[in-house]
Amino acid sequence: MDNLVEIGQLSFQHENGRAIFDSVDICIPRGKITAIMGPSGTGKTTLLRLVGGQLSPTRGYITVAGRNVHQLSRRALYQLRMQMGMLFQSGGLFTHCNVFENVAFPLREHTRLTDSMIHSLVLMKLQMVGLRGAADLMPNVLSGGMARRVALARAIAMDPELIMYDEPFTGQDPISMGVLIKLIRTLNDALGLTSVIVSHDVQETLSISDYVYIIADGKVVGQGTPQEVQSHPSEQLQQFIKGLPDGPVPFDYPAKRLKDDFLSE
Amino acid sequence: MMSQKMVEGLVGVFVLAAILALLVLALKVSGLTSFFPGEGFMVTAYFDEAGQLKVRAPVKVAGVQVGEVKSVELDPTTFRALVKMQINKKYNDIPDDSSASIMTAGLLGDNYIAITPMYSKTALANGSQIQYTQPAIILEKLIGQLIYKIGNSGKEEQHEKI
Amino acid sequence: MLTHIVELGKFGINELREFGKAGVLLYRVLICWPNFRKGVPLTLQQVYMEGVLSLLIIVVSSLFIGMVVALQGYHTLAKFGAAQQLGPLVALSVTRELGPVVTAILFAGRAGSAVTAEIGLMKATEQLSSMEMMAVDPFRQIISPRFWGGFISMPLLTLIFNAVAIYGAYLVGVQWLGLDPGVFWANMQDSVDFHLDIVNGILKSVVFGIAVSWIAVYQGYDAKPTSAGIAIATTRSVVYSSLAVLGLDFVLTAMMIRGW
Repeated sequence: MDNLVEIGQLSFQHENGRAIFDSVDICIPRGKITAIMGPSGTGKTTLLRLVGGQLSPTRGYITVAGRNVHQLSRRALYQLRMQMGMLFQSGGLFTHCNVFENVAFPLREHTRLTDSMIHSLVLMKLQMVGLRGAADLMPNVLSGGMARRVALARAIAMDPELIMYDEPFTGQDPISMGVLIKLIRTLNDALGLTSVIVSHDVQETLSISDYVYIIADGKVVGQGTPQEVQSHPSEQLQQFIKGLPDGPVPFDYPAKRLKDDFLSE
Repeated sequence: MMSQKMVEGLVGVFVLAAILALLVLALKVSGLTSFFPGEGFMVTAYFDEAGQLKVRAPVKVAGVQVGEVKSVELDPTTFRALVKMQINKKYNDIPDDSSASIMTAGLLGDNYIAITPMYSKTALANGSQIQYTQPAIILEKLIGQLIYKIGNSGKEEQHEKI
Repeated sequence: MLTHIVELGKFGINELREFGKAGVLLYRVLICWPNFRKGVPLTLQQVYMEGVLSLLIIVVSSLFIGMVVALQGYHTLAKFGAAQQLGPLVALSVTRELGPVVTAILFAGRAGSAVTAEIGLMKATEQLSSMEMMAVDPFRQIISPRFWGGFISMPLLTLIFNAVAIYGAYLVGVQWLGLDPGVFWANMQDSVDFHLDIVNGILKSVVFGIAVSWIAVYQGYDAKPTSAGIAIATTRSVVYSSLAVLGLDFVLTAMMIRGW
C-alpha cells in the first residue's frame, strides 16, 4: 500500500515569525481515511493549504502522487489540483449561484461536456450526498450542514483521488454530524478516495479514521490507529483524547501570583 | 441571474448609447463637420506680423471658411512670418493675385486669415504663394498712433491760433 | 520625538509595500487576460454590472449638473453681456473637466465600492480559496473581468455624461432662459475643438478608469477577512479612488492645457 501524500521534515513559519510546524513527517496512505488532530490553532488548516500548494513551506517537502508540490510549474500545479478536492470549514459555496451551478462549476470550467451530461453528473453527485432535491436552492437559504454537503458534492464533482476535509464536524448538530460521518466513510470506500480529515472532534473522527496523527506545538506528538492512540501512554495525548480540562495543557493561563493581583493596590 | 442573452443585449445598448453620445459630441458640440481636413491643397503667404494667428485658425473668403492654417513659422532669411494654409479642394478657382490679411474675429477674438479675391484668370493651386498680404493689427500700435495723432492735432490747433 | 520618526518611517515602508502588492496585482490582472471563449462573457457580465447599472446615477447627475452650470453661468455671463457664450462655457467645462472627473468619482462610489465589497467578501468566505483548490485561477475568473469591466465602462459612461449634461444646459439655456438655439450651438461649435477638448476628455476618463478599477480591485483583494475589514476596504476604495482621480486630473490638465 503506497502513500498518496508524503510530508517530510516540513517546517513552516508565518510572516511574523511564528513557527507553525517544526520538522513534521506525515504519510497519507492511499485509499484510507487519515485524521490529523490537535488543539485549535496548531495550524491544521495551514497544513492542508501547504498540501494544496497555496502556501510554501520554509523547509521540507510535500509530495502528492510522487510529485513535489512546490516545485511544480503553475500549470502542473493546477493539473494536480484537479485531482484534489477540498472541503472548507465554511463550505466556500459561491453565493451568486444556486446549488446546481455551484456543483457544476468545476465541470464547466475544466471539461467540455455537453449541458445534458453536466446535468446528469451534477444530479448524480447531489444524489450521493442526499441533496438532489435541493438543486435549485440558493446557498443563503441552506443550513450549515446542507451547505457543507453541497460543498462536498462540488469537491467530488471531478472525481478526485484525494479529498481533504477541514474541520468538517465543527458546530454541527448530532444529525448532521451523523450524516457527514456516514458520507465521509461511504464516499471513501465507494469511490476509492484517499481522505484526510483535519479536526479536533475526537470521538467522531476516531470513529471513522484508519490512521491518526496528533499534532501539538508544531510537532507530531502521537500517531497510530485509533485503538493505539486511545491507549497511548503520553499524558499530553490522553488529555487531548479524553478532553480533560487540566493536564500538560494547563487550565490557568500564566499569571501573577494570586496575592499580588488581589491584595496589592 | 439574468440570462446571458439579456446581459449581452443590455451591454450592447449601453455601448450604442455611448457611441451615439460620441457622435453628438463630435458633430453638434464641436462642429467637426465644418471642416474635414485631408482633401486640400497647400498655399503659402508671408506676413510682416502674424499677431495671434494659431495653427488650425480658419481661412475665410467673404466670411466663409475655405481652409485652415497648417503652420506659422519664421523665415530665417527675410524674418517674416511664413504661414502655410490648406484650402479645400473644391475652392480651386480663387484668383492667384488675391490678397490675404490677418483679421480678428470680433473685437477681442482669435485671429483668422481673410482672402480677398482679385481679378486674375489663374487660380491658386498647390504650392502657390499669395503675394499681397496685410499684417495683423496690433492693438497697442493702433492706440499709439491714435495718441500721436491726437497729440499732433492738438499742436496744430495751437499753431493755428498763433 | 524619535519614536514619531520611527513611526513615520514604518508607515512609509508599509505604504511602499502596499504599493508593491498593488503593482503585483495589476501585473497579474494584465497578464491573466481572461481567455477569449470563457473570458469575454465574464467581462461582459461585469460591464453590465458596473456600466449599465451605473447609468441611472450618471444620467441623472449629468442632467442636473448641466442644468446647474447653465443656470449659474447664464447669470454671471449676462452681467457682462456675454450670454451667448453660455454654450462654450458649458461645453468646455463639461467635456474637459466635469465629465471625466465627476463620472469617475460617481463610478468609484457606486461600482468601485461594489467591486471592492464583492471581492472582499469572496475572499473572507473562502470562495476564492475554494476556487483555487478547484484549479480555477480566481484572477482569471473574478478579478480580471471586474478590472476590465471598469476599464471599458468608464469612457462609455463619460461620453454619455458629456452628452446629457450639454443637453441639460440646452434645456435651461434655450428652452427656459430663452437664448437663441442657433447662437447657442454655433458658438459652442466654434469654441469646442474635437481633438483638444473631447478627445482629451475621453483620454482622461480612460486614465481615471484604470485608476479607479485598479484601486477597487486591489482593496477588495487585500481586505482583512472580517466584517470590519471589508468596511474599511470599501471606504478606502472610494476615498483613494476619488483622491487619485482629482490628483491625476490636475496632472493631466497641466499636460493637456496647451494641446500636448
